Amino acid sequence: MLIKQKLEESFFKILMVISTIFVLGSLLLILGTVLWRGLPALDLAMLTQAPQGGYYLGKEGGILNAILGSLCLAGGATIVAVILSLPIALYLQLYPVPHFTKNWIRLSLDILWGTPSIVYGAIGFTLMIYLGMRASLLGGIIVLSLLELPIMVRGMEEAVSMVPKALLESSYSLGATRFETAFKVVVRQTLPGLITAILLAFGRGIGDAASVLFTAGYTDNLPTSLLRPVASLPLAVFFQLGTPFPAVQDRAYAAALVLIVLVLGLSITSRLLSTRFTKNIIR
Amino acid sequence: MNEKSKFLKNREKLSRHHTKSFSKLSRDRKDLAAHKAMRALAICVSILVPVFILVLFLRARPILATHNISTLLFSTTWRPNQGSFGFFPFIMGTLWVTMVAMIISVPLSLLTAIYLAEYTRPKVRAFIMPLIDLLAGIPSVVYGIWGVLTVVPFIQKVVMPSADRWLGFSPLFQTSNPTGYGVLAGGIVLAVMVFPIIIAVSEEVIRTVPLGLREASWSVGASRWQTIRRIVLRRAFPGVIAAVMLGFSRAFGETMAVLMVVGNVVQIPHSIFDAAYPLTALIANNYGEMMSIPLYDAALLGAALILLLVVLTFNIGSRLVLARISYS
Repeated sequence: MLIKQKLEESFFKILMVISTIFVLGSLLLILGTVLWRGLPALDLAMLTQAPQGGYYLGKEGGILNAILGSLCLAGGATIVAVILSLPIALYLQLYPVPHFTKNWIRLSLDILWGTPSIVYGAIGFTLMIYLGMRASLLGGIIVLSLLELPIMVRGMEEAVSMVPKALLESSYSLGATRFETAFKVVVRQTLPGLITAILLAFGRGIGDAASVLFTAGYTDNLPTSLLRPVASLPLAVFFQLGTPFPAVQDRAYAAALVLIVLVLGLSITSRLLSTRFTKNIIR
Repeated sequence: MNEKSKFLKNREKLSRHHTKSFSKLSRDRKDLAAHKAMRALAICVSILVPVFILVLFLRARPILATHNISTLLFSTTWRPNQGSFGFFPFIMGTLWVTMVAMIISVPLSLLTAIYLAEYTRPKVRAFIMPLIDLLAGIPSVVYGIWGVLTVVPFIQKVVMPSADRWLGFSPLFQTSNPTGYGVLAGGIVLAVMVFPIIIAVSEEVIRTVPLGLREASWSVGASRWQTIRRIVLRRAFPGVIAAVMLGFSRAFGETMAVLMVVGNVVQIPHSIFDAAYPLTALIANNYGEMMSIPLYDAALLGAALILLLVVLTFNIGSRLVLARISYS
């Protein structure tokens, strides 16, 4: 009996270790594959030039249009999302919200989080046609900001919920209104947490392809206007991979490498920020 | 909370009625205005999903009006030029890919989650969890690239020959599509994509099981694994199901990565090596030219509506279960 028990125990333990290694191995495999195929194809010209004529046939040029486009798209979307989600997060955490309303808002944010990005793209495109807009930077920013919103609210709420009660109470006791407390005390106190949330949302925004496929379009030009189409890195990867020329496909791998470096860099930065950058924090 | 809000309300009333200083009054007005604006914003955001559904429904109505719902869902002919829109191949494509992904992902993720929650030391856990978070942050096109570069050749060169040798008798493993692009490739890529969701959620759920239950079980002589299987997992079961449902809905709605490896042939797959054409890929591939054919846009938005409704159902279900766990 006891031997059987021990066997079962070690059998499952080995199984668990194997699956953990499998999961972590898949991460390494993904990073390794992109690094291994992307690095040889990456050069300075790719990062500093827009596509020239015949770029998609393997001639010279780069993906500067996509890099800048992605930064504009995700940057703009993140700014809009901050403006929308900071008040929501503060409202949910600091104001007397009825229990039912609070749960409803949280549930709908969770559902928004789970909505596939292709659905965002389809709805965004439909509304843009209705309004007579064409695929443009502005359209991409609006759709991406909605995509980023739930992540940001969730992250900000978590940060705000960490504020000690005593701090709020001392602010109230000095005669500050809730509005003043929220925006002058809490925001300052939770800045690292808020920035973590913002960077996480930025990372999701910059990596999303399906939602900007129709709303932002694609172009070989650098982004100049809110009302013109704009290129983005995920779509650069996708389109270049779709061409039949190996040289161009190599560039897709390089673009993927740029994208993943950006995203992982952001994610690691946000992780470091959440432990540092605590100048104004009262503990 | 209630007491605090009562106190705040009271204070607001007091300061509104009894304050002498004008500046305090104006600050209170500002506070009130801000409160109203924030509430309006929050409520606007919270009705977004119903608005999405409404928009999709309104735009899909032309096709719902001219076609029977059951023909739309279960007809296998997809010829937009001739006005026949059968979603069945696409629905089956999505289901096949998602099911393969779940079959691969669920056991691996759950074992990992149990390991992280029950066996590892805090230090090891603090090292592994951020890595799993990184997995969640990788953009879907990068998963797609990985699928094209690694998974597809692996299936073509390793899995298919061995399936031919040992599993050839079963129609499920027929290798009639030699490219490697197909259901299995999509399933493997999706499986890796949903690892972080299932692991993070179920690990959290397992950790909420009170320590006392484990201790009671150990004290009557149960081994660690027995305790996990008979006590911890039984208690955490609803939450684990919720985690799996969340993973399912993520896999169901994933677009780019699947699109790149699944082959995109309009057919009902019969083997895990067959090419498929999921709903998401249908929308992404055809949205550009939909305006040229009558009813095509309505059909595609109908597909988006199906997608949204399925994902919504699974999401709401799992969130409700998870909310109940975190309250208890």
